Amino acid sequence: METFAQQIILGLVNGMVFALIALGYTMVYGILELINFAHGDLFMLASFLALTLVGMLGLDAASSGASLAIAIPGIIVICVVFAGGLNWVVDRLVYRPLRGAPKLAPLVSAIGVSFMFMNLGLFWGGLPMDVFGHGTAAAAPKGFPDLLPGTNLLGDSSLRITVKDLVVVLSSLAVMLGLFLFVTRTRLGKAMRATAQNPTAARLMGIDVDRVIGATFLMGGALAGFAAVIYGLYINTIHFQMGYQNGLYAFTAAVLGGIGNIPGAVLGGLVIGLLRALSDQYVGAQWQQAVLFGILIAILVFRPQGLFGSTAREKV
Amino acid sequence: MAGQKKGAAAGSGRRRPAWLRLEVVIVPLLLLYPFFPVLDQLVQAVFDTSLRLDRQLVNIFIFAILALALNLQVGYAGLLQLGIAAFFAIGAFSTGILTVGKYPFQIGFWGALVAAPALAGTAGLALGAPTIRLRGDYLAIVTLGFGEVTRVVLLNLENITDGSRGLNPLPSPWLPDWLTSAAAGDATGRMHFLAMYYVALLLLAGLVIVFRTLERTRQGREFVALREDELATACMGINPARTKLIAFAAGAAIAGLAGALYATNLTTTAEPNTYDFTYSIMVLCCVIIGGLGSLRGVLLGAAVLLTFDNVLSPLLTNLIQRHLAGGGSGHVLTSFTNWRWLIFGLALVLMMRLRPEGLWPSSRVKAELHHKQEEP
Repeated sequence: METFAQQIILGLVNGMVFALIALGYTMVYGILELINFAHGDLFMLASFLALTLVGMLGLDAASSGASLAIAIPGIIVICVVFAGGLNWVVDRLVYRPLRGAPKLAPLVSAIGVSFMFMNLGLFWGGLPMDVFGHGTAAAAPKGFPDLLPGTNLLGDSSLRITVKDLVVVLSSLAVMLGLFLFVTRTRLGKAMRATAQNPTAARLMGIDVDRVIGATFLMGGALAGFAAVIYGLYINTIHFQMGYQNGLYAFTAAVLGGIGNIPGAVLGGLVIGLLRALSDQYVGAQWQQAVLFGILIAILVFRPQGLFGSTAREKV
Repeated sequence: MAGQKKGAAAGSGRRRPAWLRLEVVIVPLLLLYPFFPVLDQLVQAVFDTSLRLDRQLVNIFIFAILALALNLQVGYAGLLQLGIAAFFAIGAFSTGILTVGKYPFQIGFWGALVAAPALAGTAGLALGAPTIRLRGDYLAIVTLGFGEVTRVVLLNLENITDGSRGLNPLPSPWLPDWLTSAAAGDATGRMHFLAMYYVALLLLAGLVIVFRTLERTRQGREFVALREDELATACMGINPARTKLIAFAAGAAIAGLAGALYATNLTTTAEPNTYDFTYSIMVLCCVIIGGLGSLRGVLLGAAVLLTFDNVLSPLLTNLIQRHLAGGGSGHVLTSFTNWRWLIFGLALVLMMRLRPEGLWPSSRVKAELHHKQEEP
């Protein structure tokens, strides 16, 4: 029973990270109907930037609380700006010229961008810095210093909810709440929803659709940048190929929640996190991918509108 | 409309004199190449390597068969398939299980050449039947997921597939006695190579002829009509789901055939991680770079990609590292192989932007793409 409870906690905290990445997929898909394959790799690049900054600032597990309290938010801001900006630039240079083209074109381009990012991650891992394990292979997994305290909040209980877990959950929830308020309360958010519903009608109402799409990429990227720092701090290992797998899990989460549906993506992320933790515990970690992708296929076949969504059925 | 279609089917190459047509030159050259490997000696002398171009040609043939399979699904029928490696792997592993000495089946290479496509085609049918009705990008994700599930299952069913070691050794093709004795004295490696070379080349040529014919038959036109406009096709009384399923299963079967050849050529099924998502994407790359729905284009794409990967990139790595004399030999940037995803990715992006119809397009796809771009 205790193992089960522990796996639930682990799954929910992991699920937060998936949810943050899934939001980027779902927002872009909601507007462009484009599966942004490069999103997972953008997340990976941002985590490499975070690790680079950690190395430059010389932070490690022994750093004082005060310096961490200043440095970590700073790293988050830089990574958020980097990932958001990069996603915006990619949209501007790669996807925007293809707006009128058949749907295959931007999808294939996204796969291309994904591979370019993955390759850049490989090169990045070869930087001559201590945090990148100078001397070890560029392709090797990189250790991310364990900066957040692992103190158990439940005292001596063998069930563990650590300060680290709490920081991850609370900060993710705050970011998601901010996003939700932005989309429902601001003018740009309203424009986003309008564009997602019907781009042509939105354009006729005087909305600058290209600007809205740019803003969507910016925000999706920013969320990935935030998720990247959180992931590094929580999982403590990053790898240049992790974007692909985490991206697919997050995409599964987005599909699970009904793609294009923002609260759905968050719920989907939590469900994927839980399923992953439980399948690792009770089925075996080596079957993780088979279980999750099996679920993905089953959802797409039986409930393509997602578990929680009831979006209008696509015509033809 | 009718006139445009006729023009597309005829193609521009047909007005050239017969002796100038490409296949008339290339096919005899390829048939004779194993006995006069001139380029091999040249490359080995110039670059000072042991690289064998004739061995790479076998890989190109097999890869081209795989690319033709994907072209049937993506290029003709417009089904975005991101897990072709799964069917390739199913072909390879069923060949392994059916021929390797560990199991009682041992049906030999020719038996496997029939059984592997049948099994892969069945798998395609089983996956396609419930999922083929899904919208384009959902189908892409289903096939991607299937690819990963297949790889993980093959990796984890260790007592059947030997896990990460892969099944081996696979038997060589059995050939008639007069052929074997004609090359008597040669090492068995040479016999294996020659058998694989000609089997792969003939199968590839056969498939090219089949596809060429298909383009002019009712079935082939149904595929293309489906790609161009599903609604209109359905209105003409064609069942879209059934037609898509035929394309999907047939493509899967041909990928299985390529898998059987691949495993036999290597004499091992290789580890399941070989058949991962990046492999599927590499096949997609060569279909797209060559030209979706264009036979010539896909063959060109397969040749270009494998030449880059297996010939150019090791040669360049060799050159770079020799000229950097010791100093940076271990660095990640100096191995040209490490640049391949950057280059493939860039190629995909640039192709989509500048020449979405591919290097050597089919005139119909070209017309379709440019027509659509003018629309909005």
